Amino acid sequence: MTKQVTLSINGINVTAPDGTNVVDAAKMAGIDIPVFCHHPKLAPVGMCRMCLVEVGRPVIDRATGQVVMENGQPKIQFMPKLETACTNTVSEGMVVLTTTDKADAGQKSTVEFLLTSHPLDCPICDKGGECPLQNLTMAHGPGKSRFIYDEKLRLDKLVPLGELIWLDRERCIQCARCIRFQDEVVGESVLGFDERGRSTQIVSLSDPGFDSVFSGNTTDICPVGALTTTDFRFAARPWELQAQASVCTQCPVGCNTTINTRREVKAGGDIVVKRIMPRQNEEVNEIWLCDKGRFAYHYVESKKRLTKPLIRKDDKLTRASWDAATKFAAENFSKAKKDFVVLASGRLANEDLFNLKSLADHAGGTAIMYSDMGGGDVTALVGVGQGTNIGKMGSGDAILVVASDMYQEAPIWWLRVKQAADRGATLIVANPRSTKMDRFAKHIIRYAYGDEIKTVNDLSKKGKIADEFAKAKNAIIFYGNEGLGLNGSTGLASACATLLKETEHIGKPNNGLIGVWGRANDQGAWEVGFRPEPDLEQALKGKAVYIVGADPVGDSPALAKALKGAKFVAVQDILETATTEIADVVFAAQAFTEREGTYTSGERRVQRFYAAVPVKGDTKPDFVITSILGRQMGVILEGSSVSVVFDILANSLDAFTDLSYEKLAEVHDQWPIVGRGDMYYGGTTYENMKGLGVQLAPTAQTGATVRIPKVRKEAALRPKEKELLAVPVNKLYDRGVTVNPAQLLHQRIGEATVTLHPTAAKKLGVVEGALVKISFDGVSSEGVVKLDDTISTSVALVPRSMGIAIREPVAASVVQLGKVK
Amino acid sequence: MGVFDPVIELGRGLAETLRSFLFEPTVTYQYPEEKRPVRPRFRGRHVLKRYDDGLEKCIGCSLCAAACPADAIFVESSENTDEKRFSPGQRYASTYEINMLRCIYCGFCEDACPTEAIVLGDNYELSFTDRKQAIYTKDFLLEPVQTAEMLTPRKVDAGVYTRSVPDMKDPSD
Repeated sequence: MTKQVTLSINGINVTAPDGTNVVDAAKMAGIDIPVFCHHPKLAPVGMCRMCLVEVGRPVIDRATGQVVMENGQPKIQFMPKLETACTNTVSEGMVVLTTTDKADAGQKSTVEFLLTSHPLDCPICDKGGECPLQNLTMAHGPGKSRFIYDEKLRLDKLVPLGELIWLDRERCIQCARCIRFQDEVVGESVLGFDERGRSTQIVSLSDPGFDSVFSGNTTDICPVGALTTTDFRFAARPWELQAQASVCTQCPVGCNTTINTRREVKAGGDIVVKRIMPRQNEEVNEIWLCDKGRFAYHYVESKKRLTKPLIRKDDKLTRASWDAATKFAAENFSKAKKDFVVLASGRLANEDLFNLKSLADHAGGTAIMYSDMGGGDVTALVGVGQGTNIGKMGSGDAILVVASDMYQEAPIWWLRVKQAADRGATLIVANPRSTKMDRFAKHIIRYAYGDEIKTVNDLSKKGKIADEFAKAKNAIIFYGNEGLGLNGSTGLASACATLLKETEHIGKPNNGLIGVWGRANDQGAWEVGFRPEPDLEQALKGKAVYIVGADPVGDSPALAKALKGAKFVAVQDILETATTEIADVVFAAQAFTEREGTYTSGERRVQRFYAAVPVKGDTKPDFVITSILGRQMGVILEGSSVSVVFDILANSLDAFTDLSYEKLAEVHDQWPIVGRGDMYYGGTTYENMKGLGVQLAPTAQTGATVRIPKVRKEAALRPKEKELLAVPVNKLYDRGVTVNPAQLLHQRIGEATVTLHPTAAKKLGVVEGALVKISFDGVSSEGVVKLDDTISTSVALVPRSMGIAIREPVAASVVQLGKVK
Repeated sequence: MGVFDPVIELGRGLAETLRSFLFEPTVTYQYPEEKRPVRPRFRGRHVLKRYDDGLEKCIGCSLCAAACPADAIFVESSENTDEKRFSPGQRYASTYEINMLRCIYCGFCEDACPTEAIVLGDNYELSFTDRKQAIYTKDFLLEPVQTAEMLTPRKVDAGVYTRSVPDMKDPSD
């Protein structure tokens, strides 16, 4: 433990760890020292001079090395001038005065100087109302300026840094928080200062502009209204917004968010979501949120929202009552008996999935999870131990990332793993191609697509990397499904688990296996007993299928064909999809913003989300619909209260024992202190007041014996001559139903691509940017050629959810269609 | 008390009436045909003002709504473009509504307005027959224009309006 130092701030004795700067030490004691450039998550720079305070230190006799005493008290020598509190670290016996006339005058002058060219935009500025400069001017400003109004600089007001973030050059006070966030926290130096002196300005150094998926965070920590988002531009004044705690549904990280809502005329007088803000949870997302989580929420307000139950009549979906719709479906499902299939995805909450699984079990049907990735049973066995916090991992620890491009799949995990590597953790990246993680890795392992399991098995043998992993104090493995289908990823999970067990990295905090899932609650689906099916087409053909929160028809022509051959199809979703078009009955469900529930994150943390906006149309929560349907089929399922469903779930699943909604809503103090009206310190991130969630203990931590499923050997896929091995990769901004409706992300979503090695492209006679036809499994799709010389010459990378129906590695032919676009 | 005393008192009273009828100025107004002018600081129905060129003064900042103690004002803003310009700054009120059943005519909105766009006028003749009518919308509150060129929104040359909020020479005006 670091040494504790005692100092006095404004006469109050404060104890802080050695190395803490004075601003943070004061904050711990509840004393606010105004800052603009300093941020608790960034290294201090002392650029804005706002934190000027009087600092005195005990006089030490040079001869004896002892503190000089005066009237029984240590003699304090004050510095002749004011010092910046952010760049001074605490020392024993230090005396800091923050509110003396001298300090006050210094702070006043700084505000006056910062305001020399700051425009009087507050009435229309998006930051107005939650602006540190506004607040600190009120608290510490002189009220009048000695500078001449007419000499104010006139600068560009509307500079796009990227398509998501706007810069107002006049408002910028050059604190460099945004630049430092990108450099230090993210490690993507896409912003920088240009020019000098009064001409200093923030510029984007990347093409496309502000090329980072964390760009939205800079608007949170910007202490003025210089950086604003396209999404929230002029959308509402901050004080008019209602706030409700929620959890992000875009990836398995489970970032804590706050949904800001407001009644809006443009939306026909409804209360709508105006923006998504991060909510502090130091063990999950700290105070950050990726741009997908921040901007992709628009799907919940899409025009394609289903608002009422529908029944197919004369080949047309027509409005029906809930009673008629559920009765119709129940009759067909009851008739089907063993042929009743529930197909649900990890887009649903734990309670929904639990009711669905119960329905399938009691009605004698099967519950299938809609997913291309396996191993959730393994993560339940040897998942990360209770108390895991990647933010605490560092020197002596090891993190292995295998078959996952985390920057694209789970950006906040990428960020936290990167920071763990910064703190000294050994990062091992095993991936067939270069990813953005490589730059921070100590060891990079390249393997051919198909050799994932062998690569992980090799790590349990002797070797430099293997030894380092085995000897690490703590070790976590992240595994994904890049280049893998269901079978491949299931095997990979077992291989990873075996490695962790052999190296004794299981059953403890900061040790274990994490699956980088495709959907937010995939882990939750595994926990309640859903399992994916290797041969999904066969499992759906001729059955009575109840599809919930999934779009198999839109995803794959093969599944579409299988479903057209199904006996009966009931679809339950929030949006109109290709699957609802072929359905016999459609149930309109509520979006996560309209209801309560819980999700289980990839780290197996169960977290609550709350209802933020009123219910749209005649919709019901998924678990209620299942309950109504169940009653019609003679199965009694809880459908009145979501917390009661959770209680039943907690009673029937071992991992969830003792959990309740109250327990999930518990909070404790977190550091840094953010969101308590002192926006100048931590930014506009919200304080967590509605629950930090509870991490489930993996079987390995409960003391039970761990039996890891054996890896099934499979023959490697060998493409024929003139064919390539098409492998699926994941893309952050894809055309999935929960991303595509966000118009402002369309530039980043782009077109479907087929990535080839330059040599392979040459052999095929295609060039970069050309439109090609890629055919496999008897289906052809189009894509634009991209070149990447880090991949093998025999593969073609195909992104998932971009219109090309790829679920697992497959032999494919690529033919050029047209000219370069 | 004599028998004639009441008659004398009556005569006195009538004499006073006759005196004021003949020698004092009339204070009665024949409302509604005749209207009494309001005092300079009278607070009547709100008016949304325009600049001399017809552009709207309101920038949609919602400060009036924030200041309103009766929660009577609702503002929603949008961004100006040179193709469709409502006000000289970057932002204008795309929706501006005052619920006159709630308004208490305190004038806080007027005080809060940074561009002096909302002014309590001298119109006190407000009547409505249902609640919906009591919600005055922007079209209704906005000052009427003299010529068609002054109408908003209008197309303007690019590069003329580059400020977020129009400069005010002396905000104490």
